[in-house]
Amino acid sequence: MNFKLKKLVPQLLTLLVVIIVFGFFTFNAQVNMENRGIEFGFGFLTQESSFDVQFSLIEYDGSHSYARAYLVGLLNTLLVAFIGIILSTILGIIIGIARLSPNYLIEKAAAWYVEFFRNIPLLLQIFFWYFAALRALPLPQDADSMFGVFFLTIKGLFVPKFVWENLDIFFYSIIAAIVSVLVIKNYARKLQENEGKQLPVFFISVCLFIILPLLTFLIGGVSLDFSIPLLKQISNTSYIYEGGLGIPPELIALTLALGLYTATFIAECVRAGIQGISKGQKEAAASIGLTPNQILKLVVMPQALRIIIPPTTNQYLNLTKNSSLAAAIAYPDIVLVFAGTALMQTGRAIEIVSITMLTYLSISLSISVLMNWYNKSIAIKEK
Amino acid sequence: MFKLIKQLTSLIAMLAVLFTFTTEAMAAKKSKTLKNTQKKGFVRCGVSQGLPGFSNADASGNWTGVDVDVCRAVAAAVLGDANKVKFTPLSAKERFTALTSGEIDILSRNTTWTLSRDADIGLTFVGVNFYDGQGFMVRKNSGYTSVNDFKDGISACTNLGTTTELNMRDFFNSKGISYEPVTFEKADEVVAAYDAGRCDTYTTDKSGLAAQRIKLSAPDDHIVLPETISKEPLGPVVRQGDSVWEDIVRWSLNVMIEAEEYGVNSGNADSMKSSDNPAIKRLVGAEGELGAAFGLDNDWSLRIIKQVGNYGESYKRNIADTGILPDRGPNELWTRGGILYVPPAR
Repeated sequence: MNFKLKKLVPQLLTLLVVIIVFGFFTFNAQVNMENRGIEFGFGFLTQESSFDVQFSLIEYDGSHSYARAYLVGLLNTLLVAFIGIILSTILGIIIGIARLSPNYLIEKAAAWYVEFFRNIPLLLQIFFWYFAALRALPLPQDADSMFGVFFLTIKGLFVPKFVWENLDIFFYSIIAAIVSVLVIKNYARKLQENEGKQLPVFFISVCLFIILPLLTFLIGGVSLDFSIPLLKQISNTSYIYEGGLGIPPELIALTLALGLYTATFIAECVRAGIQGISKGQKEAAASIGLTPNQILKLVVMPQALRIIIPPTTNQYLNLTKNSSLAAAIAYPDIVLVFAGTALMQTGRAIEIVSITMLTYLSISLSISVLMNWYNKSIAIKEK
Repeated sequence: MFKLIKQLTSLIAMLAVLFTFTTEAMAAKKSKTLKNTQKKGFVRCGVSQGLPGFSNADASGNWTGVDVDVCRAVAAAVLGDANKVKFTPLSAKERFTALTSGEIDILSRNTTWTLSRDADIGLTFVGVNFYDGQGFMVRKNSGYTSVNDFKDGISACTNLGTTTELNMRDFFNSKGISYEPVTFEKADEVVAAYDAGRCDTYTTDKSGLAAQRIKLSAPDDHIVLPETISKEPLGPVVRQGDSVWEDIVRWSLNVMIEAEEYGVNSGNADSMKSSDNPAIKRLVGAEGELGAAFGLDNDWSLRIIKQVGNYGESYKRNIADTGILPDRGPNELWTRGGILYVPPAR
């Protein structure tokens, strides 16, 4: 037996086992479904869903199809994941750095935060933020406004709605700002390499992002109006706000719980990353005359990021998957809308659960690919 | 000689084939689910996660309720002991999958009989043990006295994965009212959210409203509006494809209702054996061979009546005496103005 064959045989056997296992499950499901008179197919996706959803980013009501309901759930899941990731990252970095603070009080507060939030089951935290906070919030008619336009009530956070005119021109200005920032960054790098001069790139970028969109308001015909939420009575005792944008309390509770919980893990990643850089690096940087800010930006962070990114990717994936706990507090994510109501109404358990699983797999893999790409871009480039 | 052997073998082969056919036919008569249940020694029954009057567990884990009694009746019929039931609490979302996948053998969980559920997803409804309809609960001080008072922007809490969700949409659409549906997976969370003031109204089956009202922090501050917006015939469900098991569950329920009709109850069942009425005698197994049709003995129905009681007893014990719905309404016998009417057990 030659070497090639020896390598090939175990792989073929493994493949065979995988095929047999899959084949068995498919066959088993087929036989059982046939016995019970259940048909397999995705035709139901085009049928009218005939149920409404509380909160949707796209236009949807019960006269739309199940496929549309799927999209509603998917977008709601992505929304929670997106806000949750941003919230947990910002909070995680702050807490992570605070844990290394020489200030005793700050350091201990951060440590307590981490130990407290990461050791309580997430579902309990979600229930806490939802039910405890819900009970503490005022009814719409009793709500104190913030700046006269924000209203935080038991029925949600009501904020003014933007009413745009010529929104496309505003978007172009943002794109123009991004492009010019990239050009300036490139120019600044060349300037430093050739002449050793440094440009305040960050300051210039911020200015560009403010000035360019501002110009569109002055000369581009872009205008922005606010539609402020107004209290409306619907019965002797119940009120609701109309005209503004209503953010349901379920979304707030869920993102808050996910963000606070995941931030603890990210904080630990950040702390580990910074502590992983040897003291010698900082001392060497200081000895060639870099300022403390420059040391952090040019020496410590680039190396720390390499340690921070891979475990943080895991936390992002966890957060996204944990968002499926939404169903417990009535936030209409993909599990509640599609694997919940739609599954019940159609009875297509196998189809719907596989679609949902594939969806989570795709979201997770996309995040993973994105983070791996970022990780590669900051990795040590060996020459 | 050789020819004879050949003929003999073919004869044996033919006999063998014939034999397998007959035994298979006989095996088909005996239900697979029944066989498994008798082998296990308990009936696997899916119930709600806690709905007083229908299926609710007390502090020591004893299940009571009219839905629970259906499963107990089946256990009494096929195993001889009404307590040999394993209850699996299920959310509305999980219930059908649990049944079709074979995790439970009876689903008795205030489940509405609809065409699509019966025909589409591998289930068979065997009867109705409670006639219900969807209603709305509101706060007394809201001033709502009818569903016609509802206005745009009303928020409604309900359970996920129920016919309630669909009826609610039909109702609000037909009235042209925009509403905010807030749907939870578990009934307890719906109650908690409504209680906290998240929603202006709580909608589900009226029996459910009456039962869940008890769980509110101040039950007297809430009322159920008079209108009923849908038909909700609730009943036990079995898997499609085992017609004998289906018959056993159907007739276990029917026997309870028929027993009430003939005045047979857990107290007098034994003495009814000497009744003059042949229908009563059949019901308590003193006449006829009714059990044989399912592969059961002849005392199956007597055991149901003695151990679980008739429908009236079950209703009184679970729903009337607990103060949930003292008035039987449509769930009264047809002879007394209700719509409970079952085919004769003969």
